[in-house]
Amino acid sequence: MRFVVLVYQDERVWLEADDAARERWTAQHAAFDAGLRDAGVDLVATEVLHGVDAATTFRRRGDDVTLTDGPFAPTAEQLGGLYVLDAPDLDAVTGTLGLLPEYTLEVRPVAAL
Amino acid sequence: MSDPAAGTDGADVDAALAAAWRAHWSHLVALLVGQFASPDLAEDGVADAFEAAARTWPRSGVPDNPGAWLLTTARRRVLDRLRSRAVHRRKEPLLIVDEQLRAVAAQTQDPGAHVPDDQLRLVLTCCHPALAVADRVALTLRFVVGLRTQDVARLQLVQHTAMSARLTRAKRRLATAGIAFTVPPPERLDERMDAVTTVLYLLFTAGYQPSDAPGGLRVDLADEAIRLTRELDRLLPGRADLRALLALMLLQHSRRDTRLDAAGALVLLPDQDRTRWHHDEIAQAVDLLGTVPPGDGRAEEYRLQALAAAEHATAARPQDTRWDVVAARYAELEARTGSPVVRLARAVAVAEGAGPEAGLRLLDGLDADLAHHHRLPAVRGELLLRAGRAAEAAAELERALGLAPAGAEQDHLRQRLADARTPG
Repeated sequence: MRFVVLVYQDERVWLEADDAARERWTAQHAAFDAGLRDAGVDLVATEVLHGVDAATTFRRRGDDVTLTDGPFAPTAEQLGGLYVLDAPDLDAVTGTLGLLPEYTLEVRPVAAL
Repeated sequence: MSDPAAGTDGADVDAALAAAWRAHWSHLVALLVGQFASPDLAEDGVADAFEAAARTWPRSGVPDNPGAWLLTTARRRVLDRLRSRAVHRRKEPLLIVDEQLRAVAAQTQDPGAHVPDDQLRLVLTCCHPALAVADRVALTLRFVVGLRTQDVARLQLVQHTAMSARLTRAKRRLATAGIAFTVPPPERLDERMDAVTTVLYLLFTAGYQPSDAPGGLRVDLADEAIRLTRELDRLLPGRADLRALLALMLLQHSRRDTRLDAAGALVLLPDQDRTRWHHDEIAQAVDLLGTVPPGDGRAEEYRLQALAAAEHATAARPQDTRWDVVAARYAELEARTGSPVVRLARAVAVAEGAGPEAGLRLLDGLDADLAHHHRLPAVRGELLLRAGRAAEAAAELERALGLAPAGAEQDHLRQRLADARTPG
């Protein structure tokens, strides 16, 4: 079944990181990719998003449309990227997420419509 | 088929339905979850089958093989639902051969024989770490044991409506979150054990809190809990939590034949015939406890409870009970858990050793935590009665009566209430 993994992190952590930290994260992402293969999980798609400074929020109420700059919800941890995974079950997904850097990850199964 | 004429006796059919529920519910749910990978659908199918049985058995008689009848019916209902919803996940065509049905039904027809691992898988699935702890317990009691929602609510000390909502939410989550119906590998089994042992102990306790079983105890629930615990102990040898829990259950279960008298009335610990306790089980439990070192967390809680139970089980006569040791174990347990129910047990032990007034003092401040728990006013009433404060005792016992489940406990409370109102 398919799962979307939403990756949340405090953007400042990324912006203020030194080269050593970035290298460590890169290695962790590589380990994650390998871990997915070992767990029999297919990486269907993945995207990394620009920061919330680049976000636009669109709201419509009846005929009124407002565009505002910035994210939908102004929280410390923001959506920074996502994975679409095809996995046998939730355990196969959560079993590999520990290989990633310390993000907060929300796992949502894709509804079969 | 049995004689249809006999089937018209409503009491017979009710008894057959109740027996079938106890014997087959969890096996049927487990089998259907295994086949259709949907707990909700499985439970609905089994519920449909029992509903169909309640409608047709009075007319056509109780079938010779109720389990097979229920399985066939439940499976057809699940398939009907799948067809009508068009959410069928499997690739095979929907052809169920009667031959196959009979083969699977045969597995459910063997009470006491080998129970398929399906049931264990069901327990572990219900105890998945992605579910809230309270939901894990509720789901297991509902799915694996087939307890009614109101009984699950009573065991968890919450209101029926709240439990109903929780179960609905938890079932939806179980069905959609991607939780697998499998036994996880050993390294991932650990994280589920606290929930699993909690559930097993609640299941065991359920056997001793009957609300509707005539004649009182649902020994089968306690047997089932012990069986599942042994099974897990076999799967995960040497775990302190399972060992200590198994010892605790065996010690409490060893008194099963003496808890009620012939008339179904509650017999208190000091009045029980100790020669009729199962001393082989007591010995086994004491041996098991000997292999569990002092530890931490849940394992230590079970160990302390088991040590307290062992004090009772190994005292030859009631007056030989080392109440100070029992009270000390409960004090340790209370320090670890802060549990009001443990405090209640400690108060009883202290009252036995140091007199009712000392016990009563320990009950102060428990009312908010145990508002809907009949045991608190029951214990308080008992201790007040022993302290010679009959009027206060009567008020407490009346309150307990209003909260206690029908049956042996209510009968006992009524008896004590009569004692409290008898001048002298």
